[in-house]
Amino acid sequence: MTVAVEKTGKPEKTGTVEPPPPVRSVRKVSRSMVVGAILVAWLVLFVVLRGKQTLSLAAADLTDLHRWFNDVNDSIGANRNSNPLFLYFFNEIRLVIDSLVTFVQELISQPSADRPLPQIGWLGVVGIAGYVSWAVGNWRVALLAVAGFTFLGLQGLWQESMDTLALTLSAVFVALLFAIPLGVWAGLSDRFHRIVTPFLDFMQTMPTFVYLAPLTLFFQIGPASATIATLIYAAPPAIRITAHAIRSVPQTTVEAADSLGATRRQSLTKVLLPMSKRTVVMGVNQTIMAALAMVTIAALIDAPGLGKTVVQALQSLDVGTAFNAGLAIVVLAIVLDRVTTAASTREEAARRSKNRFLTWRRPLLGAGAAVTAVLVYLSHTYVWAAEFPGEGGAGSAISSGADTVTTWAQDNLSGVTNAIRDALTNGLLNPFQTLLTDSPWWLVGAALIALGVVLGGWRAGVTTAVCVGLLVGTGVWSDSMTTLASTVVATVLVMLLGIVFGVWMGRSALVDRLLRPGLDAAQVMPPFVYLVPFLALFGATRFTAIVAAVVYAAPVAMKIIADGVRNVPATTVEAATSAGCNTWQIITKVQLPMARSALTLATNQGLIYVLSMVVVGGLVGAGALGYDVVAGFSQGQLYGKGLAAGLAIVLLGVMFDRITQAAARRTSA
Amino acid sequence: MARHWRAGAAGIAVLGLTLTACGGAKVGDDSAGGSDSSGKCGTFNLAVNPWVGYEANAAVVAYVAEHDLGCKVNQKDLKEEIAWQGFGTGEVDAVIENWGHDDLKKKYITDQKTAVEAGPTGNKGLIGWYVPPWLAKAHPDITDWENLDKYAAEFKTSESGGKGQLLDGDPSFVTNDEALVKNLKLDYKVVYAGSETALIQAFRKAEKDKEWVIGYFYEPQWFMSEVPLVKVKLPEYKEGCDTDTEKVACDYPVYELDKIVSAKFAKSGSPAYDLVKNFSWTNDDQNTVAKYIAVDKMTPEAAAKKWVEDNRAKVEAWIK
Repeated sequence: MTVAVEKTGKPEKTGTVEPPPPVRSVRKVSRSMVVGAILVAWLVLFVVLRGKQTLSLAAADLTDLHRWFNDVNDSIGANRNSNPLFLYFFNEIRLVIDSLVTFVQELISQPSADRPLPQIGWLGVVGIAGYVSWAVGNWRVALLAVAGFTFLGLQGLWQESMDTLALTLSAVFVALLFAIPLGVWAGLSDRFHRIVTPFLDFMQTMPTFVYLAPLTLFFQIGPASATIATLIYAAPPAIRITAHAIRSVPQTTVEAADSLGATRRQSLTKVLLPMSKRTVVMGVNQTIMAALAMVTIAALIDAPGLGKTVVQALQSLDVGTAFNAGLAIVVLAIVLDRVTTAASTREEAARRSKNRFLTWRRPLLGAGAAVTAVLVYLSHTYVWAAEFPGEGGAGSAISSGADTVTTWAQDNLSGVTNAIRDALTNGLLNPFQTLLTDSPWWLVGAALIALGVVLGGWRAGVTTAVCVGLLVGTGVWSDSMTTLASTVVATVLVMLLGIVFGVWMGRSALVDRLLRPGLDAAQVMPPFVYLVPFLALFGATRFTAIVAAVVYAAPVAMKIIADGVRNVPATTVEAATSAGCNTWQIITKVQLPMARSALTLATNQGLIYVLSMVVVGGLVGAGALGYDVVAGFSQGQLYGKGLAAGLAIVLLGVMFDRITQAAARRTSA
Repeated sequence: MARHWRAGAAGIAVLGLTLTACGGAKVGDDSAGGSDSSGKCGTFNLAVNPWVGYEANAAVVAYVAEHDLGCKVNQKDLKEEIAWQGFGTGEVDAVIENWGHDDLKKKYITDQKTAVEAGPTGNKGLIGWYVPPWLAKAHPDITDWENLDKYAAEFKTSESGGKGQLLDGDPSFVTNDEALVKNLKLDYKVVYAGSETALIQAFRKAEKDKEWVIGYFYEPQWFMSEVPLVKVKLPEYKEGCDTDTEKVACDYPVYELDKIVSAKFAKSGSPAYDLVKNFSWTNDDQNTVAKYIAVDKMTPEAAAKKWVEDNRAKVEAWIK
């Protein structure tokens, strides 16, 4: 019956529609049976072979591969002052990026040359932010930008915020310089797209901790390294989305241009680029968000700004101060997000609005520019406009508020939270982890490959096989399996939350509007901020890491599922309602099945986001790969092992991504 | 169109005049009064490793260098390994509290010759296993390792797989704990909390809620002034008993915390180098400043200022 509703959308036919073609249904049944059979076989063999060939490695032990990574790292360090590659290549890059960042910093955040204050003070920056937001967006986001930036000052974090802004803008600028052309190329050429995709996967899933230390080796300690670390992580979304934008320009339009005799260059600059501009701006937006997510990590190699405040507060477990700085990052992110989103839709919105306003626009823009120039001049000249006045009273109120809430939660909730932790750890995590880590490696590998083939097809199976082989090669197989267990449990929780809240948001615009700012904040708030309260609530355990990962990954799943549910045609839902379905039936029989591709996408993204939190988990007791990576960053002799652990995380990510994507293609086919 | 322009421009002019008329102090007016950093000291790049005790050392040295010697001090927040890397590239002049790290000493002092030792800080570094004070009071015999197995079941957690849990901290800490547990044949499992923050939070909660926690910790540490953890006695340390990391079965040695500077800085003749070389204080001194920062939430500068003003005699000895 549900199939009928889904396929025809006409309730009168529900009873009479013929069953789906038999071949397909047979295959479907057999697939879930095969999965079951694989799991049963695995369990049986596990009981027999438990504890054999598990490839476990103690925390301080190294393999030859790890030692080799160490040697490479050491020899680079020893030769960096004589190697021409350094003298004429890396040093030059460093010089260019250093001067760019220093220039922006002297403009808005750091004392420049003979001045005790930056060239443009707070009034000028607020003026520019408002004016630019208004010019590229609309007056509403301009108001938001002005309010947001003023709030940063009231928090007592003006200079830190401007340092963060300077670093973010420089990193995004350099990233886009490369990302947009590469994205256009990947959009035009299938072959380049295929080549570049694995690199982008690598850049996004490789934990930053792994390349922080080498980056300081190549580009020295300072803003250049921080900027490059940020842009490695932040550039891929812009490349991917630009390519996607170029690809989604309707084929007919391009053909029409071709038939009118447009050259390749003309069709690119006059048709493809203008038509994909809106989506490209969304890519820019994602790059900015990703860059802001790196703020606290970059602080570990002396990047100035809000991240430093967060990291330092963490050392003395000062939750309030960390939260205050984290909130400033969230405010910056929300302002930049809304402004770029408004910019992407401005032209369309302006076209739809009344014409009278358009004729006024140009003089108003001119007047606005003049006002901004005056504000900049004032903030350059006078102390009151250059230095944010006041003591940042809002900031201390926020931090003491956050402290109070945290203390209350710690005192009153830890009984409940410990019970939840123990139930989930003993009931779900421990058995699952034992199955993964105590089975012989070849058994787990075979099971994974078999599942890959059944769920995703032969190609996914081959990818899985390659990944399993490489995982064994990294020498951290056992740790990978421990991490895998936590990752899967976290993803299950993410999907549960995602389905509950996603459906709720998808069905009610009000709920969506109420929850969305919270979701944005959960995605941008640096995890370092909530680690301390979570540690108090759950202790230093794997479960704490799982909770942190869920906080970060669930918002994405919720947003994707809400979107999927909203896209179910209204007529279908109405039809089901008139056929007498109650709310529960509509959700389970109509909306969720029809949003199936959104569900697979949510699982895919949920998993990738959970994996990106593995290293943070290592800081709060998750051990395994996360700990290995952090240890590699901290101790020279463990560097190689940390690198191998980073590679293992990438391999886990690639394996899951390929299986879920192939599975998604199968279900939607 | 032109009309709008004119109206706009007039408006701006008026606005501009009103605003500028308010005036106020101009940027850079009072720059003459500030301490000039153009003395013979020049720039002093000081690495700040991420724990509060180190921050206390750095804050005091930076304060004295700035105010008594007129140096321009750049404090750089870096992990140990990266700070040592900076000796070679000239971006770090000094590391002011070093815990052992024989591997780094070999790599940068012996092999690459980019760093040299600059003497002890005067602090004695203790590493070991600690329990919260309530536990030591309730079960006094727990502070001897030979009785630990008796209590193993009490230390069980969801992470320790049926054994007692020994909580370890940040990966950059010097630790032999896994070998110790194995060689002393204890019924414990080492669980890595992964960060100092996690470790402190665990001990803080254990003391408050009377929970059973035993874990790695060290002194001098500001947290000791909040919760005075009690050290568990391990088999006594004897010279060389920890050379084979596989077979260690003795306590950690008492570390002479020391200072490392870049070779270039040592030869530069900068007064900041003499300051670093002469800098020496006690565990109590460091704990005082660390407490100002971590518990009383003073800024490092303010904490350093307070301590320096209270201990002028000690400071004079460093700068002579």
